[in-house]
Amino acid sequence: MNTKDIFNFLKPKNELENQGEFAENHPYIPDELWVKCPICKNVILSSDLVDNFKVCPKCGYHFRIAARQRIEMTVDEGTFTEFDADMTSSNIIDFPDYARKLKNAKINSGENESVITGMAKIGGYDTVMAVMNSQFMMGSMGTVTGEKVTRAFEYAAENQLPIIIFTVSGGARMQEGIMSLMQMAKTSGAAKKHSDAGLLYITVLTDPTTGGVTASFAMEGDIILAEPHALIGFAGPRVIEQTIRQKLPKDFQSAEFLLEKGFVDAVVERKDMKSSLARILSLHCSVPTKESTKEDEDNECI
Amino acid sequence: MSAYDCVTAARANNRPTSIDYITRIFGDSFFEFHGDRRFADDKAVVGGIAELNGSPVTVIGLEKGRNLKERMDRNFGAAHPEGYRKALRLMKQAEKFKRPVICFVDTAGAYCGIGAEERGQGLAIAENLMEMMTLRTPILSILIGEGGSGGALALAVADEVWMLENAIYSVISPEGCASILWKDSGKAAEASECLKLTSKDLFKLGVIERIIREPKDVDSKLFDSLKNLISETLEKKKELSPERLIELRYNRFRKF
Repeated sequence: MNTKDIFNFLKPKNELENQGEFAENHPYIPDELWVKCPICKNVILSSDLVDNFKVCPKCGYHFRIAARQRIEMTVDEGTFTEFDADMTSSNIIDFPDYARKLKNAKINSGENESVITGMAKIGGYDTVMAVMNSQFMMGSMGTVTGEKVTRAFEYAAENQLPIIIFTVSGGARMQEGIMSLMQMAKTSGAAKKHSDAGLLYITVLTDPTTGGVTASFAMEGDIILAEPHALIGFAGPRVIEQTIRQKLPKDFQSAEFLLEKGFVDAVVERKDMKSSLARILSLHCSVPTKESTKEDEDNECI
Repeated sequence: MSAYDCVTAARANNRPTSIDYITRIFGDSFFEFHGDRRFADDKAVVGGIAELNGSPVTVIGLEKGRNLKERMDRNFGAAHPEGYRKALRLMKQAEKFKRPVICFVDTAGAYCGIGAEERGQGLAIAENLMEMMTLRTPILSILIGEGGSGGALALAVADEVWMLENAIYSVISPEGCASILWKDSGKAAEASECLKLTSKDLFKLGVIERIIREPKDVDSKLFDSLKNLISETLEKKKELSPERLIELRYNRFRKF
């Protein structure tokens, strides 16, 4: 990296800020030496941020992270096996420009869809997982997103396993029209079947979780956790402001607001997420699976 | 008729609302019940019990109101969480007493406001989707006007979904879609074409089972034939065991 790059962050308008309101409010972490926290404005060494679970060491702001990083931080090392990795969306209702958007989303995120599903161990306990990705069309739910989540529920139900879903989503994917709306019903049906089998479903709501995902599987967990300060709601703040023609109070629709109103069980910091999930799993699953003792785990990672 | 003509027709002020359908199909037998037993009575949702050709049924409708005063009173058919919870309470009651559920859907969408968020709009819809999926009694949903996204789906997880010829059903309003796509909500007509929101398009996509033809002037023929159609359909559904019914309902949505 040359000195010019080091000072990039000092420019009053970086290129991200020109990508509309969204990027301005929620910058992702650029691949630079230093990063400025959008909340407390402190400048943080990138490596410090990585060591700190991508949470600002000064103010505790949780930067958005990609689904792969999330999985890496949360599961026992080397235990993640992905499901349906090659499944990709197509332009089912011939929506204008959708094919190009999909292509860009794949390039930008390096992923095939807005959700990654699979199996892993957390604290030695087997669990099915689905982790949504904000870098893929803002985590919007299309047919393939819904299908992968549904299959994850069905796999968990068949194999008597718990499921943990990390949500991040702008809602249903407009470009797939009514078919994306139908995913809300489909995933809810699968969640219900899993629930009726007496199995555990934990949701972790991360920034932002809104629209059709909030109004379906995000809110259907037996236990609902949220990351600090995550925006969680049905309608987005801008839509509400336009509807009621008023400014919304600060912290409205934050994880803490939902905790106060009784809609989430706990707000859990990222550094405590893995241990919290392991604790919950330990109280629902009888024993860690055989091969998951510490020693075996180390062996498996080779 | 273009897609946008359908949008205009679906929203027309003189279009029959849920109360019209309930009155014309069930007559005096409809007994309205109120409240979600948790917070309030949401007037955007009308529900109760009625008799259909001698059999008891539960009837629920999203109600926009038929004149300005009624529309304001009913929040233009945009339900709050308590509305969806009232609907679910009545569905659970129907399950207990083994009577089928008929839903009339007509809403621009679930209400977007401070109170709606504070009381868990997302959760209320999610719970309806989840519970309706395994309700042990037949559910028939009829989209009579606007079917606005999750707010409509919360009453449309059914064994069969029907649509009036000029009704619409969409994941987002054409205006919302146009403003996202082209930063111009005035291009709603173009967006309507893209969204495939007409009854014809949705039938082709397999999202609905039946299109109900609309006569030029709404007359009693529409309601009479609809009444018979509902009755016949529910009689057939009643022959299925609850387990089979739930399995078929799951598969109905699993295919999407």
